[in-house]
Amino acid sequence: MLTLQFVPYGDIENLSSAERINKLLRVVKEEKIVLMQGRLRPDEETGLIEKTMQQIGRKFKGIEICTIYPEENNAALFGRLKKEFVKLLIGNREGITIIGPASIVKEIRRDPDKIQLFTNVPTRRGSRRKRK
Amino acid sequence: MIRVLTNFIKRIFLQIFREKKKVKLGFYGPPNGGKTTLSNKICKDWLGEEVGTASKIPHETREVQLKESVVIKHKGRELEFTIVDTPGIATKIDYEDFMKYKMTETAAKKRAKEATRGVIEAIKWLDDMDCVVVVLDSTQNPYTQVNVTIIGNLAARSIPVLIAANKVDLKKANIKKVESAFPQYDVVGISALKGDNIEEFYESLFRVIKKR
Repeated sequence: MLTLQFVPYGDIENLSSAERINKLLRVVKEEKIVLMQGRLRPDEETGLIEKTMQQIGRKFKGIEICTIYPEENNAALFGRLKKEFVKLLIGNREGITIIGPASIVKEIRRDPDKIQLFTNVPTRRGSRRKRK
Repeated sequence: MIRVLTNFIKRIFLQIFREKKKVKLGFYGPPNGGKTTLSNKICKDWLGEEVGTASKIPHETREVQLKESVVIKHKGRELEFTIVDTPGIATKIDYEDFMKYKMTETAAKKRAKEATRGVIEAIKWLDDMDCVVVVLDSTQNPYTQVNVTIIGNLAARSIPVLIAANKVDLKKANIKKVESAFPQYDVVGISALKGDNIEEFYESLFRVIKKR
């Protein structure tokens, strides 16, 4: 059985970067797939990778992560400025971040317009197979 | 005494106003993209010696490797580089993956442990770079979070980036896909192994450095 846990932006809004990373990793290590509203900052993403590397061991093999974010490059300048202003006021709630344990999520494949999540689901015989 | 003081002030002024000629050039990317092969190619071309060993087994480079005083000349310009070859950045490392390459369990576990440390070390070095070449395997999907995270971090630090779409000699190579994944960056297709398009790589590198 796969468990997805939604983390609304409000849950991490007032946390420090270290607290955010710890919270997300705690959920992932419980073998749940996190669906987080918004995205981490670039330095928080590398922080998450560093923390993940420190915790890799016999049971925990790491994470799979993917961020879906609306493309802003083609937006008009005024629209982009407006978005930046809103982000300053209420934080970056746009997009969604998916983080799963590598033991369950084999791969998150992102093409520009679709996302495919491949999982390692044990079969009855105990072997693992790929599911889409 | 006055002469010593004058020389000291002169040296400080020179350091402040002289164009920075030494460039710390980092090679970043996911494992098996060809970072070490490209670093070796450059160092072999201009210094006559290699930086490290490349291998088909992922995470062959598990420590940051440096090669100093690599002087590259291109179209009348000359720059001195410190080449920084970094371990591949990954979000997961499973020792069992190394055992598929006929490695013993003990050796695979040791390699996995060292690889995790290597990823952390590579991230810590990001702040020290003057310019970064992100080396991607052009036969693979470029839309991965590791690629996005590396490039996002470089952009946040205002470090100039050149994307090397490596392995263009292979049939499955798709430079267009790399270009469309990162449209705001310079992308150059190369084969570090065979040296294909290496002149265009140097041209792009000097262009990117000029922008900084």
